Amino acid sequence: MYAQQVKSTGARVKSLEEMDAQERAFQERIDAGIKIEPKDWMPEGYRKTLIRQISQHAHSEIVGQLPEGNWITSAPTLDRKAILIAKVQDEAGHGLYLYCAAETLGVSRDQMTKDLLSGKAKYSSIFNYPTLTWADIGAIGWLVDGAAIMNQVPLQRCSFGPYSRAMIRVCKEESFHQRQGYDIMMKLCDGTVEQKEMAQDALNRWWWPSLMMFGPSDNDSVHSAQSMAWKIKQDSNDELRQKFVDQTVPQADYLGLKPPDPDIKWNEARGAYDFGEVDWEEFFRVVKGGGPCNKERLAARNKAWDDGAWFRDGLMAYAATRDARKVAAE
Amino acid sequence: MPKAAKDNLAMEFSLRMGDNCLILGQQVAAWCGHAPVLEEDIALANTALDLIGQTKFWLGLAAELEGEGRSADDLAFLRDVRAFRNGLLVEQPNGDFGQTLMRQFLFDAWHYLVLTALLSSTEKRIAEIAEKAVKEVTYHLERSSDLVIRLGDGSAESHARMQTALDDLWRFTGELMTPDSVDEALAEIGVAPDLGRIEKQWAEHVRAVLQEATLTIPEGAYMQQGGKAGLHSEAFGHLLADMQFLQRAYPGATW
Repeated sequence: MYAQQVKSTGARVKSLEEMDAQERAFQERIDAGIKIEPKDWMPEGYRKTLIRQISQHAHSEIVGQLPEGNWITSAPTLDRKAILIAKVQDEAGHGLYLYCAAETLGVSRDQMTKDLLSGKAKYSSIFNYPTLTWADIGAIGWLVDGAAIMNQVPLQRCSFGPYSRAMIRVCKEESFHQRQGYDIMMKLCDGTVEQKEMAQDALNRWWWPSLMMFGPSDNDSVHSAQSMAWKIKQDSNDELRQKFVDQTVPQADYLGLKPPDPDIKWNEARGAYDFGEVDWEEFFRVVKGGGPCNKERLAARNKAWDDGAWFRDGLMAYAATRDARKVAAE
Repeated sequence: MPKAAKDNLAMEFSLRMGDNCLILGQQVAAWCGHAPVLEEDIALANTALDLIGQTKFWLGLAAELEGEGRSADDLAFLRDVRAFRNGLLVEQPNGDFGQTLMRQFLFDAWHYLVLTALLSSTEKRIAEIAEKAVKEVTYHLERSSDLVIRLGDGSAESHARMQTALDDLWRFTGELMTPDSVDEALAEIGVAPDLGRIEKQWAEHVRAVLQEATLTIPEGAYMQQGGKAGLHSEAFGHLLADMQFLQRAYPGATW
């Protein structure tokens, strides 16, 4: 649902005085809040950072279909089934227009797909966790989409026009997703003892991975400064994580559930919740491929792509013969 | 005909329509995230959504006509194999994408014609459902016909795969157009169309599309029967086990 590990150029941010005229004009446009459009001049670093971020975001939507798709055939009612299909379909749609936004920067969808399938490109690690019970569908909507919205709302103001506009549309749908997730959780928490246990168990498993969605702690996140200067990124990882915790803890209270963190405590002085430290070892392990489902997710995407080759080739062959026939007829 | 007898027939008919939509929708939805190209993920999800939406109408009406306090969900999630009334065609496994598309096409052609005829059903509630559904199914048929033509007349491999799919599935089409006593009684009172007439129109459309797709209709296949009487394939129980798991594992819970 977003890109959690974007490396930008890594270089120190240049001051306006250090820039040449073209770069300075570019930075001044950004500072004035004017959107950058695909045909405008832009520094290579800006282009590369955006391609990486938007394509990671798109890949996350695509891989994100898998954990929830796992429950479509077993959704408990006709309404729940329809809602879940619609949600997974939205994700495919987000992937599609994010790929289109990235294409405006001069990279093809085929290339991006190749990078995803080879394991070269990253996607959000949250999707490397398995969905074990129906409550996981609720928890994903509530927590994962909740965290995604937190990340994406600022991206609506991103300096790159196509990405910003895509985010405006995506955010509308994501907030519907979050509500449907919370609605599933409410039903479970109002239900039988077993259903409530299922809900608590899902919260236990999805809580920390959701906090990890905001990326490494600011102390370890060295690449943010340039992205912030370019208005690709607007808030720091830790600021967003704090916001998420502050929003989510009362929602858990309302459900009668407890996040699995004994250190959660309201801090009157800060006007925010204190909370425990994320297991960063786990975070980096899963990013690097050591999560419970990394292998399965990539295998599923590769299988879909490989099994579908004859279908894509068949359509291309038809289009080619039809064009040839047309030419022959003329 | 007494009202109770007519209601009973209309209920049976709604079950058949609803079960066809439910089982096909269930299977198509399983493609989400696994289709050959992103646009197909989106298109298949659309089709599945339409079919599940139509299921709610048909099974809702069946439950209402039955009058025993059951809901559409009860009918979908708490009946066993022998009580399902869908045709054998829709329960055939997804197979490769060609099998899925061919199954869709053969069904869409039938579905579209039946719904169009149902617009003038003497049972108002059935005509109303048909009116909503036919708009969606018109598009399903357009899409599946178009893809069958493109893939049949595409590459050597896509042609071969579509031909295999047609060979495998053809034997399940006859059932949809072979009337049993319920179909005959329904046609007589104008609730549902005469299936003989549907068969003619179906054959016309299907033959035209398959010809353009350069595909050959298999000769002399024995047309399998049984779905309407609850005689399904071995895989069907497994499909239900997957679909009904939560309702069965947690009886009485609401979701």
